[in-house]
Amino acid sequence: MREQILTFLEKNSRIDLKELAILLGSDEVTIMNEISKMEEEKVICGYHTLIDWEKVSNEKVTALIEVRVTPMRGQGFDSIAERIYNYPEVRSVYLISGAYDLMVILEGKTLKQVSGFVTDKLSTLEPVLSTATHFILKKYKDHGTIFAQKSKDERMLVTP
Amino acid sequence: MRNVISDKVAGLQPSGIRKFFDIVSEMDDVISLGVGEPDFDTPWHIRDEGIYSLEKGKTFYTSNAGLRELREEICRYLKRRCKLNYRVEETLVTVGASEAIDLAMRVLLNPGDEVLIPQPSFVSYFPCAVLADGVPVIINLKAENEFRLTAQELEEAITDKTKLLVLPFPNNPTGAVMTKEDLEAIAEVIIRHDIYVLSDEIYSELTYSGTHVSIASIPGMRERTIVMNGFSKAYAMTGWRLGYACGPEEIICEMTKVHQFAIMCAPTNSQYAAVEALRNGDDDVIEMREAYNGRRRFLLHAFEEMGLPCFEPLGAFYAFPCVKEFGMTSDEFATRLLEEQKVAVVPGNAFGECGEGYLRISYAYSLEDLKKALDRMSVFVKKLKGEAK
Repeated sequence: MREQILTFLEKNSRIDLKELAILLGSDEVTIMNEISKMEEEKVICGYHTLIDWEKVSNEKVTALIEVRVTPMRGQGFDSIAERIYNYPEVRSVYLISGAYDLMVILEGKTLKQVSGFVTDKLSTLEPVLSTATHFILKKYKDHGTIFAQKSKDERMLVTP
Repeated sequence: MRNVISDKVAGLQPSGIRKFFDIVSEMDDVISLGVGEPDFDTPWHIRDEGIYSLEKGKTFYTSNAGLRELREEICRYLKRRCKLNYRVEETLVTVGASEAIDLAMRVLLNPGDEVLIPQPSFVSYFPCAVLADGVPVIINLKAENEFRLTAQELEEAITDKTKLLVLPFPNNPTGAVMTKEDLEAIAEVIIRHDIYVLSDEIYSELTYSGTHVSIASIPGMRERTIVMNGFSKAYAMTGWRLGYACGPEEIICEMTKVHQFAIMCAPTNSQYAAVEALRNGDDDVIEMREAYNGRRRFLLHAFEEMGLPCFEPLGAFYAFPCVKEFGMTSDEFATRLLEEQKVAVVPGNAFGECGEGYLRISYAYSLEDLKKALDRMSVFVKKLKGEAK
C-alpha cells in the first residue's frame, strides 16, 4: 500500500485523497493515516512544486559541479559534504562513484554569482582537491517530467 | 451494366461504430470515451528498437510465418504467462490479431459450416465468417451471467453443422472474463461435440482478478484451439499492426499458406520491436495494467454515484453500464449524451443486438479526461432522472 500511495504522490502531491482512495480500492481514512505516518517517519520529506523557471525569468543559473575531495579520517565524506550542503544556494549534493567524489547542484541568479561560489567558497575548502563546473543550458526533463509541450491525444475519437 | 460489387460483400452491414464515428468527428470539443485502444504511447525502449531496426537496414521481408526470433519469444511468453506450450512451427505472426481472425475462418470453414459467435463482442467475427462462406450463429450473452458464456447456452446453439466457436474473452465491449471453472464447463461441451475454438485473447494481459486463463490450457482443448493474441493492447502497440496465432501445426501451416498469398509477412520493423517488447516489456505491462485498474475503480465508483447500474468488469478496458431504465435505446441515449454534454460513448448494440440497452465506456484515458467526461455524464444522467420524476 505504501509504495502505491508514494507512486501516486510522487507524480502529483496535490492528488485528492478521496480520489486516491478510489483508485487504490481503499478508503480515505486509511490513506490519510498512512500518509501521516510516512510524514512522521520522514519517508515523505516534503511536497515541492516542479517549476519550469525558464518560463518565468531568465535570471536563474544552474550548475553541476563535480568535486574531488580528500575524505577525512573517521568521517569519510560526510563532514565535507555537510559543509557544502549547508549553503542555501546548494540544491543537491550526491556522493558519486567514478572520477569525482561529490556532485553538487547549485542555483544562482547570475553566472558571476555561481562562479563566485565555486572560486571563493568551494575551492578554498581544505579537503577540496579540484572542481569542474558545468552550466546547464537547457532542461529537457526534470523529476521524470518532460518540459516540452505535451502532445494531444491523436487517437481517432471512436474505434471498435 | 453488370453488378460491380459481389453479393456477399454488398450484403455485409457496415460496422455500427462507423455510423457513430461519422457524427462524432463533425463535432467540436467532444470528450470521447469511445476509443478501443490504449492511451499510452508504446514504451520507449520498444519504439527505440523499431527505429534501430530501420537504421540497421532491416527493411526486407521476413519469412512468411514471421521472424524465428520473434516466434521463439512468443512461445516463451505464452509458457511464462498462460502455461501454454507451443513450438515455433505452431506459431504464426500476423498483421494484427484481426488478420488471425480472418485466416482462421478461411482455413477452417467449408460453405455452410456454422460459426458460433457470442455477442456482445468485437465487430469483425461476423463479417469474417460470412466472407469465409461460413454461417454465423449468434449466442446472445446475458447480463445476469455477467456476459459470460455458459455451457447450457453453448449446448443449445450447437447443431450438426457447427464447426467453430469464437471465444472472445476478456471481452470487448463488456469487460467480462471467463474463469478457469467457466472454461472447464464449456470445454466439456466443446469436446463432446467435436468443435474447434478460436480464442481471441488480445486483452489477456488486462485482467484485474488473478491472471488470465487460456482455454487451450484446459485438458483436451489444445488440439482444437487456435489462440490468437497480439501486441496492441498489452504493449500499447495498436499502430504497429502485429498479432499472432498459435495452434495445432496442421492448422497454423494452412493459415500460413493463406497469409503467404494475401499478406506475405507482417511488417519487419514491427517484428523487431515486438521481440524487444517480449524480452524486456513485462514491467511496462504491469505498470499499464495497474493504471487501468485504478481508472476502472474510479469509473465504477462514478457510475455508482450517478446511479448507473453496471456489473463489475474484470478485464479489458471497458465498462458496460445499463441504460434501460431511461426508456431510450442505446443509440438514442448516446446521441443525446453527445448532443447535450458532448461526451462520446459507443452504443452497446454496435456489438450485437443483445448489447441494446447498454453503453460501452472505455477507460483508456488519463484520469483528468476521465474525470471531465464523467462529470458531464453525471449531469446528463441526473437530468434524465429528474425528467422521469
